[in-house]
Amino acid sequence: REVTASSRHYVDRLFDPDPQKVLQGVIDMKNAVIGNNKQKANLIVLGAVPRLLYLLQQETSSTELKTECAVVLGSLAMGTENNVKSLLDCHIIPALLQGLLSPDLKFIEACLRCLRTIFTSPVTPEELLYTDATVIPHLMALLSRSRYTQEYICQIFSHCCKGPDHQTILFNHGAVQNIAHLLTSVSYKVRMQALKCFSVLAFENPQVSMTLVNVLVDGELLPQIFVKMLQRDKPIEMQLTSAKCLTYMCRAGAIRTDDNCIVLKTLPCLVRMCSKERLLEERVEGAETLAYLIEPDVELQRIASITDHLIAMLADYFKYPSSVSAITDIKRLDHDLKHAHELRQAAFKLYASLGANDEDIRKKIIETENMMDRIVTGLSESSVKVRLAAVRCLHSLSRSVQQLRTSFQDHAVWKPLMKVLQNAPDEILVVASSMLCNLLLEFSPSKEPILESGAVELLCGLTQSENPALRVNGIWALMNMAFQAEQKIKADILRSLSTEQLFRLLSDSDLNVLMKTLGLLRNLLSTRPHIDKIMSTHGKQIMQAVTLILEGEHNIEVKEQTLCILANIADGTTAKELIMTNDDILQKIKYYMGHSHVKLQLAAMFCISNLIWNEEEGSQERQDKLRDMGIVDILHKLSQSPDSNLCDKAKMALQQYLA
Amino acid sequence: MSGQPPPPPPPQQQQQQQQQLPPPPPPPAAAAPVPGVVLPAPPAVSAGSSPAGSPGGGAGAAAWGRGGRPAPAPAAAAAAAPPPPPAAAAAAAPPRPPRPPPPPPRPRRRAPAPPASPRAPARLGAGGGQQRGGPFPHGDSALNEQEKELQRRLRRLYPAVDEQETPLPRSWSPKDKFSYIGLSQNNLRVHYKGHGKTPKDAASVRATHPIPAACGIYYFEVKIVSKGRDGYMGIGLSAQGVNMNRLPGWDKHSYGYHGDDGHSFCSSGTGQPYGPTFTTGDVIGCCVNLINNTCFYTKNGHSLGIAFTDLPPNLYPTVGLQTPGEVVDANFGQHPFVFDIEDYMREWRTKIQAQIDRFPIGDREGEWQTMIQKMVSSYLVHHGYCATAEAFARSTDQTVLEELASIKNRQRIQKLVLAGRMGEAIETTQQLYPSLLERNPNLLFTLKVRQFIEMVNGTDSEVRCLGGRSPKSQDSYPVSPRPFSSPSMSPSHGMNIHNLASGKGSTAHFSGFESCSNGVISNKAHQSYCHSKHQSSNLNVPELNSINMSRSQQVNNFTSNDVDMETEHYSNGVGETSSNGFLNGSSKHDHEMEDCDTEMEVDSSQLRRQLCGGSQAAIERMIHFGRELQAMSEQLRRECGKNTANKKMLKDAFSLLAYSDPWNSPVGNQLDPIQREPVCSALNSAILETFPSMISVPDEMDSHGIKQKQKNPRTLGSTLGSWENRGFCVRVIYEHFWTEPHFPQLPLCLKCRQKDFQVT
Repeated sequence: REVTASSRHYVDRLFDPDPQKVLQGVIDMKNAVIGNNKQKANLIVLGAVPRLLYLLQQETSSTELKTECAVVLGSLAMGTENNVKSLLDCHIIPALLQGLLSPDLKFIEACLRCLRTIFTSPVTPEELLYTDATVIPHLMALLSRSRYTQEYICQIFSHCCKGPDHQTILFNHGAVQNIAHLLTSVSYKVRMQALKCFSVLAFENPQVSMTLVNVLVDGELLPQIFVKMLQRDKPIEMQLTSAKCLTYMCRAGAIRTDDNCIVLKTLPCLVRMCSKERLLEERVEGAETLAYLIEPDVELQRIASITDHLIAMLADYFKYPSSVSAITDIKRLDHDLKHAHELRQAAFKLYASLGANDEDIRKKIIETENMMDRIVTGLSESSVKVRLAAVRCLHSLSRSVQQLRTSFQDHAVWKPLMKVLQNAPDEILVVASSMLCNLLLEFSPSKEPILESGAVELLCGLTQSENPALRVNGIWALMNMAFQAEQKIKADILRSLSTEQLFRLLSDSDLNVLMKTLGLLRNLLSTRPHIDKIMSTHGKQIMQAVTLILEGEHNIEVKEQTLCILANIADGTTAKELIMTNDDILQKIKYYMGHSHVKLQLAAMFCISNLIWNEEEGSQERQDKLRDMGIVDILHKLSQSPDSNLCDKAKMALQQYLA
Repeated sequence: MSGQPPPPPPPQQQQQQQQQLPPPPPPPAAAAPVPGVVLPAPPAVSAGSSPAGSPGGGAGAAAWGRGGRPAPAPAAAAAAAPPPPPAAAAAAAPPRPPRPPPPPPRPRRRAPAPPASPRAPARLGAGGGQQRGGPFPHGDSALNEQEKELQRRLRRLYPAVDEQETPLPRSWSPKDKFSYIGLSQNNLRVHYKGHGKTPKDAASVRATHPIPAACGIYYFEVKIVSKGRDGYMGIGLSAQGVNMNRLPGWDKHSYGYHGDDGHSFCSSGTGQPYGPTFTTGDVIGCCVNLINNTCFYTKNGHSLGIAFTDLPPNLYPTVGLQTPGEVVDANFGQHPFVFDIEDYMREWRTKIQAQIDRFPIGDREGEWQTMIQKMVSSYLVHHGYCATAEAFARSTDQTVLEELASIKNRQRIQKLVLAGRMGEAIETTQQLYPSLLERNPNLLFTLKVRQFIEMVNGTDSEVRCLGGRSPKSQDSYPVSPRPFSSPSMSPSHGMNIHNLASGKGSTAHFSGFESCSNGVISNKAHQSYCHSKHQSSNLNVPELNSINMSRSQQVNNFTSNDVDMETEHYSNGVGETSSNGFLNGSSKHDHEMEDCDTEMEVDSSQLRRQLCGGSQAAIERMIHFGRELQAMSEQLRRECGKNTANKKMLKDAFSLLAYSDPWNSPVGNQLDPIQREPVCSALNSAILETFPSMISVPDEMDSHGIKQKQKNPRTLGSTLGSWENRGFCVRVIYEHFWTEPHFPQLPLCLKCRQKDFQVT
């Protein structure tokens, strides 16, 4: 209470009629609040902010007073997040932006410093920077004023540039040209903030990235400048940020993955960032950036895997908080705990990237101490981020037949995976279900237990998802499941999916879903007894669906796939009749035998072959009917085809007639 | 199609086939059979991943085909043989036989090893049969150009090296190689010219000079021109005198990275998984960091991570080959390196600079000087060079913070530990520093475990007084422990020899050696070692020391022949003291050292060592002691919680008893006297910590990423790495890394120059 009373005195002085006294009051207030969060909160509660803003905007205020007001406001913003919220509520941003139009550099700098503090707070919406279209060009113009305007403006940009829209705005206002020369500034802070700007501008942005590679600063290309900034004697922050810039430019396609600046500079630098000597934050960022860099390129994955024992180095990410820190040092324990999740998820991400393509690397990862246990534990962590990263890592490793049969089986990975799949957020579901696809492969020993734990229901559920990625994974997994499966499983799938859903999927807007659904049908319709069984119960619907697709506007692959289904049906004993009695379908087959695309011709040929095969019952009648349709003529024509495959098949079919 | 057409396959089969390998052209995403088809694509880190874009069916199928649980390797093979050669070599090469564990006797018949006469030929082109005899009008200018570039690069990389004193390696030595090695192209290209039938045909070559300590960081690269028949190539480092009929890494003081399996070999016949394999076209680099005594390799410009730690000083770049056709080229700086070594050097320079910058020192006049003097003084005190410390303190007006008596006490204890007389060492420590071990139960445990090992060794006093003796001392020194004498009692004739040697040059020195070794040194290996040193006709201190010791041992009628080892590790103390008469080297072989550590590999053939010196009573005592130790371990665990290091230590020590000949067992290295050193320095450091005013003993670098300011400000000592650090001197670090003009010159070099203080 006493403190509040004494604080009131500061606020009261802001209302003094004598401008000189007001100025002195503001200066005293400035000295009182520095580093004193309680005092800051008091003054905000007492309503100092609106008065300060009033003074700051008042025409009659002296520049000195305005500047001091901006300084005090900046000081208040340095406090807690609540302080920033209060300032935002008083509409401080427009007021400060207005202040930037002043001719006085000191005042501008004070406003920018305050804006910088506010915009770097997590509670400030970035959009506020872009609401007034004149702000960005004005900030660009101010970049030339002083090293402080440079530092603050770059810092504001790097915090407020989120997503392609912001990138485009900044880019269109000449951010690249205006900021590039700051990279050679004498001030370390300016260089650093400019570098950060480029990293956010280039992220996933081919346009910016392509521009950056050709920008010259003092006769040097920007990538060369970045490479210099990642020399090992530069501050870690600078090395890490320039490595990010180069990484983003590489991923955006502006630098080749086999460029020396990536292979010999960026990659080793990022590996060093993962070493035990670095701070925990740096190790997290280093691993995440490296994961992003090497993700699409197997050669980079191979190089990273042999660099500085990276795979073993990452195992250390799981050792926080260490047992030592728990006992000896509370501060360290706290620090460790805060970063433990981040470290784990970063390591999982990097392992996922490392093992994405190369079997030997996967083996090395799995042979790292307790790795499978760690991943399995990661699957059930409370943090979504860690769970997601663990699933990704596991997914990456599950591309190995050998691991599917060994480690995955030994650690019963499917159990926690099935658990993850229950009620998980979509982002996890997407990765987890695509991993399930791999675990359901015919040769995977996990297939059985997964089926027993209700996978069919779950996957059929996924096919009804809004998210096309989930639909694809669901149907894909079902397709894998149906491959060479026993009759019971196939029946389960059909029952659980329902023919309605099957039809819905066949008209899905996503081509992938359609293809996988056709694949599922094909796998369901294999081996004669299964074909007959399924066709006897669902024959009508399936024939309808096939007709629908053959009539629809679809690409070659889809039609080919559909004809293959017909060929399978034609192999059934009783199912054959469904085709033979359907003149419409027969006409279509005939049509595709004469199609310009060889693939479709071949597929149609398979149907015919299966229908006219000699040794089967009723083959004579079928042969006759087809001859009447003119099929034999077509066969003769095809037996002259330049395509040897097609030609052989046609001759073989004609022999059936001869016999 | 005339005649009977071949019966077409029944449709059923065809159908099956369709399923197996989908119809004509496999529809990419269809019918699951092709495994490649069903594998979801890698998840995108950035975007939500979907299994879209199935990898190409055919290729995927091929790659996947080989999957499956690998047939377990036959157990015997797994145990005995190294992993199979890399795929490329697999077809042609027979499985590589295991590395021979003991060094094979030098095949004298086949390897006459031409004792290249010291006076023999010109520096360039001496070896390998390259016709580089006469002048080369054209080649010369190119050669000169290369020489100049080499000179420029070496100066830039190693500015602190004085090549007058310590020349840098520039080529392979035509003298220091096995006969199966051929050299060409100015002694930079190495090829194998032996039979290459067994590992016994391995051959190595060393560079002309050892790596000077003043390099700070040293680097060279080797390009694999051809992997030859099997690609059994090793690249690494070795000390002078290490057998050249071997690949680098197989022997003591030898380190290598091998191409066929990618393993690193650290003075051992069995390698550790280290890096990738390497073969024709690869460039392998080897970097020795003399600041922290580690080594890492690079492959095609990529750092592979630390391979070795705790490297000894004075190593030579070395390569070894083993099968016909293997050819490698060295780059000691003749060409730009593939790996950016200068970047690495920059990092270390910055690191050390920053640590020096952070060291808190007042700005006033003279404080630098004082600080440096304190540092020097603390170094001397730490190692117990009390006489030098005293003299130094006198001449610089300092006070030695620790009493002289205390320094001597520490020395006494250290000496006991190094002599393997752990029981006495513990007892003395408890007498002199009563509460020290009580407060450090883990240290006490470490000491006791060492005592147990020494009991097995037969060196600990407790078992010796029971009649067990170390085999070497048996015939010459059949007495129980003697009272300790002060270090200053070491025989003075060691110095005389030194004077003699330096006065008359190497010949005189050598003959002197011959005469004094008469009847004392019975061991060929040792002789040849000295001999090879002589060949280099480059006297250095360790050598002198070995003379000192041989002499002193002769006087004392001892046949200990492990002097090389001792001098390697204590050259520091002895070197300093012997030249100016201060007798305070902690490793001086004086009277009480006689009956210590006599184990060397060569002994075993002559005198079979026996458990606890062979006495039954001693064995019983040892067993009893082992039980006590077990009890202590359990008690410790109850009181202080689990300690895996302790557990492992005890387990290792006990496993000595599982072998009939512990010395030649896989855990036998524990019995090596070298293993006394870490124990010794741990104890020394613990004692020193009891003096709060002393400069603290360097601790480990903060490895947890916690900012420095949260911890106490560091001492300069710790910034320079551990004092225990061998092979690198404080002054070198300063000269190399300190660029400020006002930095005071250190008054002396503690290690790399063979001079002591000029204290008057």
